[in-house]
Amino acid sequence: MTTKSTNPNRWRTIDIVIASVIAVAFGVIFWAWDAVWAATENAFLFFPPAQAILYGMWFLPAVLSGLIIRKPGAAFFTETVAAIISALLGNKWGATVIIQGAAQGLGAELAFALFRYRVFTLPTGLLAGFLAGLVAAVFDWYVWTYTYALWNYRVPYALFTVVSATVLAGAGAWLLVRALAPTGVLDRFEAGRERALI
Amino acid sequence: MNLVFETVADASAPLARRNPVAKLGAALLFTLPLVVTLDPVTPGLALAVELAVLPLFGVRLRVLARRAWPLLVAAGGVLLSMLLFAADHSGDLLFSVGPLDVTTGVLSAAAGLILRIFAVALPGIVVFATTDPTDLADALVQNAKAPARFAIGALAAFRLLPLLGQEWRMLTLARRARGVDAGYHPVARLRLFASTGFALLVGALRRGVRLAVAMDARGFDAGTPRTYARVQHFTRADTALVAGAGLTCATILTVTIALGLFRPIIG
Amino acid sequence: MGEVQLRGFGWRHAGRRAWAVRGLDLQIRHGERVLLLGPSGAGKSTLLAALAGLLPEDSGEAEGTIEIDGLEPRKARDRTGILFQDPQTQLVMARSGDDVAFGCENRGVPAGDIWPRVSDALDRVGFPYPINRPTAALSGGEAQRLALAGVIALRPGLLLLDEPTANLDPAGATLIREAIARAAGPDTTLIVVEHRVAEVLPLVDRVVVIEPGGGVRADGAPELVFAAYGDKLADEGVWVPGFRATPRKATVAATADLVRTEQATVAGRLPPVSLAVGAGEVLAVTGPNGAGKSTLALLLGGLLAPSAGRVTAFGDKRPPHKWRAATLTQRIGSVFQNPEHQFVTARVADELALGPRRLGRSPGEVGRIVDELLHRLRLDRLAAANPYTLSGGEARRLSVATALATAPRLLVLDEPTFGQDRRTWLELVALLAELRDEGHGIVAVTHDADFTRTLADRNLALGEAAPDPLPRRLRP
Repeated sequence: MTTKSTNPNRWRTIDIVIASVIAVAFGVIFWAWDAVWAATENAFLFFPPAQAILYGMWFLPAVLSGLIIRKPGAAFFTETVAAIISALLGNKWGATVIIQGAAQGLGAELAFALFRYRVFTLPTGLLAGFLAGLVAAVFDWYVWTYTYALWNYRVPYALFTVVSATVLAGAGAWLLVRALAPTGVLDRFEAGRERALI
Repeated sequence: MNLVFETVADASAPLARRNPVAKLGAALLFTLPLVVTLDPVTPGLALAVELAVLPLFGVRLRVLARRAWPLLVAAGGVLLSMLLFAADHSGDLLFSVGPLDVTTGVLSAAAGLILRIFAVALPGIVVFATTDPTDLADALVQNAKAPARFAIGALAAFRLLPLLGQEWRMLTLARRARGVDAGYHPVARLRLFASTGFALLVGALRRGVRLAVAMDARGFDAGTPRTYARVQHFTRADTALVAGAGLTCATILTVTIALGLFRPIIG
Repeated sequence: MGEVQLRGFGWRHAGRRAWAVRGLDLQIRHGERVLLLGPSGAGKSTLLAALAGLLPEDSGEAEGTIEIDGLEPRKARDRTGILFQDPQTQLVMARSGDDVAFGCENRGVPAGDIWPRVSDALDRVGFPYPINRPTAALSGGEAQRLALAGVIALRPGLLLLDEPTANLDPAGATLIREAIARAAGPDTTLIVVEHRVAEVLPLVDRVVVIEPGGGVRADGAPELVFAAYGDKLADEGVWVPGFRATPRKATVAATADLVRTEQATVAGRLPPVSLAVGAGEVLAVTGPNGAGKSTLALLLGGLLAPSAGRVTAFGDKRPPHKWRAATLTQRIGSVFQNPEHQFVTARVADELALGPRRLGRSPGEVGRIVDELLHRLRLDRLAAANPYTLSGGEARRLSVATALATAPRLLVLDEPTFGQDRRTWLELVALLAELRDEGHGIVAVTHDADFTRTLADRNLALGEAAPDPLPRRLRP
């Protein structure tokens, strides 16, 4: 009991479950998004790399989990679970999403580690989103977009990916935490206690 | 919209019965080399092997086709964007549409990429279609030494998935009942989507908090070493599956290199 | 085993000014069966969580002492078991047997002993299915029985029940009470929190009433406690036994039809239904789970399209499900079973302003509507609160108020009184009666026999449950 409360980095049950629940909830949100995503494919037909504008959404669970749980491994764990869930649901990219998810999660994790798991402000969130996006952009650069024209496709695709990750996942997750705290669901976390006594 | 899983495979087929960790390991081992080389022959050979072992996983083709159809859509998209943005316009000119030159080089590059998408995706789809989440978590803990609290915690959260799928439906209806609809306006639709997603997240987190308390009430954080009610065995057949996947993939790579077609992604 | 001793015990949650419980002195002996009562907010659930050792040190501040068999509750966790309201957030595993085994695995019960314990626990709660039954395919009552099996498989000396039937329909609630009676042997100490008192009385031999401000108000045999404090408890919202509300039926006949269905069907969910609801009447829709009551509510609310048959309303040629949302809210107001499904803003007052604003009402008019509704539903004090932080009764009142904000003439409510304390119940009945007398048409889907008896002018009983509505296999 005493060792538990003295080590702030030990994961409580609630940390593990909430980190997983974030992954599951986003699994459902992404599944619902598919309807919209399919529609945007037509809208972006004139310039396919622009689709990457929405890419950043996929890293939201990692950054959100890092900002809420505030423990080493949170971003990595959540993004990996999210990837396994999408594989279980029959994701079209197969088992490699797990490797990809884990790598992107590590990218976000690096940002929280750089701040030594002590600072959970907007800049931390932005950096986490940026690094997750950077990992994704590098992965796609070598694995999926290599046969495309460099300046007309690969470079804009990579840039959109990183910008989208920084804005949607980074700033998005930070705004989400700010909106979630007043609902009371984060009361068991430091992130939810930064509000007035009621 | 319905978030329902369907069984696409016969769970008693010889390879479907293998240990989940072995299946996952084999799938990753087999697909990894495909991401290493850029030539079209490697994924072609790999895809041929994958289709050949499908029956051993008890996968019904018709259902698999239904599950894999998004891949076909993706393949169409790849073909189109390759025509527009291919780096390599060498080879014989086949025909031109306006400013677009369609050459043999473009087509073979597109074919290589599409083959790769299929070859990489198929093993994962087959493995997860034949694997029960509980068995996967058990095997990860017992055979791959994954930390038990994390594996079981994730499994418990996973149980909420269909519940949250229904919740999404109710939230959508509830928004209409409140007088909020978006019609065809894209920004309004995006806002409605965000608001529904937020409500889903609040409900999910609230459930998560209660679930964690209920799990602790049943000793999840007791600190006593866990015992296992269900035992996952990693047998010789499982080792053979992993070794077989490794060997096959090494053979394919050897063939590609011998034919002088190997093109590493870096360098 | 299972002895409880409290001396001046108190607990305050982190982030709160007020103490959840305070100044409690209480002794409960081995094998006693105690019903814990008190108005909403008296801290009953907090006390149970404290006894179960589930209040983490970092989540609040304690005073006094609390002991189980002389041990601090966190150290006595293997002696206690607790059952909560919602079965869906207590089940952990995908297969029923695995879920019962979960606790045994955590406590390190040797693998060979686990399965005999599982089948013993399942027998004791009367679980009717084989152990590989998917937990996703269970009804609420069945799932709660399974959750109880998971608790008693750990053989607790002290069994804590936190409103175990509050989330269940009457049939499911009866099953759970029977299971508790069977599962808890004479060696088990039992502490129950439940505000539907009459139903649990057969299970208990002692009643303890805790005072919201702190301390114990009454303690003793049920008859004596209710004789002395019954009226006061009833005023505070507790469902004391023997309560009967005065019927409030319509005094004038219903006028023109607001909504009418002709053989309206939803494939797989609702058999053909023909009905009409007029202005100035309350129609109660009753029937067992799975009969399609909630589906009918969605259909009448213009939220779902019939797969066959017709729904017409307000003389409009187009069926309600094809109306724009803004048109819909001016004519039909829907109140969902779970109020939180309908919240879309971050403040109670904004929640009420949303509907009128979307109809293009002027700011002055919106302000007037909001103030009037805040006052009418006793929400004034909460105008700036976040809707998600409201208590069950407050959230219910807010969800009704949001439906009224756009002044629809037809109200469709799904289980409006579900899980409410007696005070909110009476308020809701009075409000709905008033609205009916003002000329609203009201449809309420309900399991609540008291509600139907008190308020409904007509009753529509939907048929028997469709044969086994769920078992689509839930695994990849």
